[in-house]
Amino acid sequence: MKTQSLAKLKKGQKAVIKSFTNKTLSSKLIEMGCLPGETFVITKIAPLGSPIAIFIAGYELSLRKDEADSVLVELIL
Amino acid sequence: MTNLKNNQLKIALLGNPNSGKSSLFNSLTGLKQKTGNYAGVTVDRLEGEFSFSINNESHTIKVIDLPGAYSLFPKSSDEEIACKTLLDQKEKIDVVVIVLDATSLKRHLLLATQIIDLKIKTVLALNMIDEANSQDIIIDIQGLQNTLGIDVVCLNSRKQEGFDNLKKAILNARISSSIFYNISNFNNNFISYKEFIISHIYSKKTESDIENSDKLYRFNIINYLVAKFVKTPIQLSLKAITSKIDAFTTHRVYGYLILIFILFLVFQFIFFISEAPMNWIESAFLGLGDFISTQFPKGALNDLVVHGIIAGISGVVMFVPQIAFLFLFIGLLEDTGYMARASFIMDKVMRPFGLNGKSVIPLISGTACAVPSILATRSISNVKERLITIFILPLVSCSARLPVYTLLIAVLYPKTSFLGFFNTQGLVLLFLYLLGFIATLISAFVLKQIMKTTEPSFFIMELPVYRWPQSKNIGILVYSKVIIFIKEAGKIILAISIILWFLSTHGINKEYQELEIKEQSLSSNYQTEAIKKEIKQIKTQKLEQSFIGYLGHFIEPIIKPLGFDWKIGISLITSFAAREVFVGTMATIYQSEDSQNSEGIKQKLLNEKDEFGNQKYTPAVCWSLLLFYAFAMQCMSTMAVVKRETKSWKLVFAQLLFMSVLAYVSAFGAYQILS
Repeated sequence: MKTQSLAKLKKGQKAVIKSFTNKTLSSKLIEMGCLPGETFVITKIAPLGSPIAIFIAGYELSLRKDEADSVLVELIL
Repeated sequence: MTNLKNNQLKIALLGNPNSGKSSLFNSLTGLKQKTGNYAGVTVDRLEGEFSFSINNESHTIKVIDLPGAYSLFPKSSDEEIACKTLLDQKEKIDVVVIVLDATSLKRHLLLATQIIDLKIKTVLALNMIDEANSQDIIIDIQGLQNTLGIDVVCLNSRKQEGFDNLKKAILNARISSSIFYNISNFNNNFISYKEFIISHIYSKKTESDIENSDKLYRFNIINYLVAKFVKTPIQLSLKAITSKIDAFTTHRVYGYLILIFILFLVFQFIFFISEAPMNWIESAFLGLGDFISTQFPKGALNDLVVHGIIAGISGVVMFVPQIAFLFLFIGLLEDTGYMARASFIMDKVMRPFGLNGKSVIPLISGTACAVPSILATRSISNVKERLITIFILPLVSCSARLPVYTLLIAVLYPKTSFLGFFNTQGLVLLFLYLLGFIATLISAFVLKQIMKTTEPSFFIMELPVYRWPQSKNIGILVYSKVIIFIKEAGKIILAISIILWFLSTHGINKEYQELEIKEQSLSSNYQTEAIKKEIKQIKTQKLEQSFIGYLGHFIEPIIKPLGFDWKIGISLITSFAAREVFVGTMATIYQSEDSQNSEGIKQKLLNEKDEFGNQKYTPAVCWSLLLFYAFAMQCMSTMAVVKRETKSWKLVFAQLLFMSVLAYVSAFGAYQILS
């Protein structure tokens, strides 16, 4: 499976976090429970396209689209 | 008789945002809390106290409620304060109570293991244990306790369950001997984890690689702990209720409709519903003033008490209904979890202007009054976005501008006229409101470009599940906001209003003294209509001869290019207390029959002639004044609140300067073009 950016996923899609492309953002995301290997579902996309919300590690997390762009994920079909 | 020994301890509450930490703090301390300052930052410092006795020994526990933090590597100014305070030797913190959300232990244990590694006496409080139980999450407390090496207690802080265990655990708190960091990760650079964290926080030179590997190492251990001690049913999606409500609150149509409805409600309460209690407060203080001025010996002291102090305090207490209502709403919206959704759907709209999704509520309530709105910016956690919101808020057309606008528009268009289908007066008013709003957004946009920040702007935040609001939390919020306002902003407002009172009722020259004597002799007689009229005239002359009268003349050369004379100058100075004072002062200057009714003043202004016998209040002068009041600060209460919220005068003066220049330039432009 090839990796892609989290920002490209659609609502309801499920994926696994693989890696990060931005160090500052990654350190924030990791402490919020976005660990490599963690599975998540896209639960919401705000009406104007950003931010988005994912369900991960038992809770819902929101992040802006450009922040999501720094997360590389692998889609689970 | 038993001799009670009183033991004192100081504890710090620390936990992730949304761990129910504040709710625990409120439950423990009730109203026994006070708000203070941390040196040099805008974050409030919350401290409280509670006492209890066990085995004939009484204990008093001082509690400091640290701002929410996700880890000891600060990412926001709130987190930085939490970490620095925790590590400050001078704070003399005996025990740290880490508050965790029992329903998402995994994420919350990151901070817990870091604190344990600091080798401070620690207690772990698993909050919201009732919710965990209802979600069939089973936690092996004993196992967790043994592995972590500290006491673990279960709490339901909303129902005050488990508090006895917590108190015992605090008294028996110990330093864990377990270690959760990878010693080889730090080579020989640091003696302890504490030293590593201190150097990270103060020098900020640690690479994010070391930071991340520390966190990943911890999460490895945490994953193992959670797998061993916590049984969680597989949960792949949100709680049904939350997800059902969110289907509406984040919907592309309903979401905004709901938000508009909520904003409309907030506006109604602050604009209209607050009016009645504000009138009660006003008449109560007027009654008190009347009582004192008639029942006590007349003189300078009586005058100071009635017109200086009581009027000043009345001006402070007047804001209480608006502040209380606004924070009632904010408390409800925060406590239920809705605020995060409002932020979620508004982020993209507000972000280009350097504002936060959470700026929406202060901006809308700003159309009623900037004072409670500036207090309400507290919920914006990003410092830059918060400061921008505070800075631009006074530009939003508030209700105090309305009497000024109404009077001047009436002078501008004395007869009801129509522009097409529209009432002209209404259109001008609408234009002024829009102008305020546009100026607000443009200023925000400009500020966003020029303000520097070291704090990154994240929107990485939790969308908490919906919960029932807690009346105790909201009650304490409303109460503490009102108290803070009265205590801290109140003293500045009181001081300025006493100064303004003094300047407008005192003068040094002989004329003033003579007028004073004349007025006193007239007032002691039976007052016929003629005498009443004479007293009114004397009042006008007194104002002209007072210090403020002098100041009005003094600033005349400066405001002449705007089309203003010294009479307007006097009104500009007195209405620095609050914009609506302009109408009252104009009424005094022009000896209007009724200072409450703008109809009388309107006629006086229309009849006013300049030195060449032409009409004084031309459209050019009216527009110049309208624009001046649209943009000028002219509100000491706003300045007092900005000082209180930003903890410095710097922003206050920057704001005053910016708004004065904007007001002057636009009034100048309007007058020069139109005349």
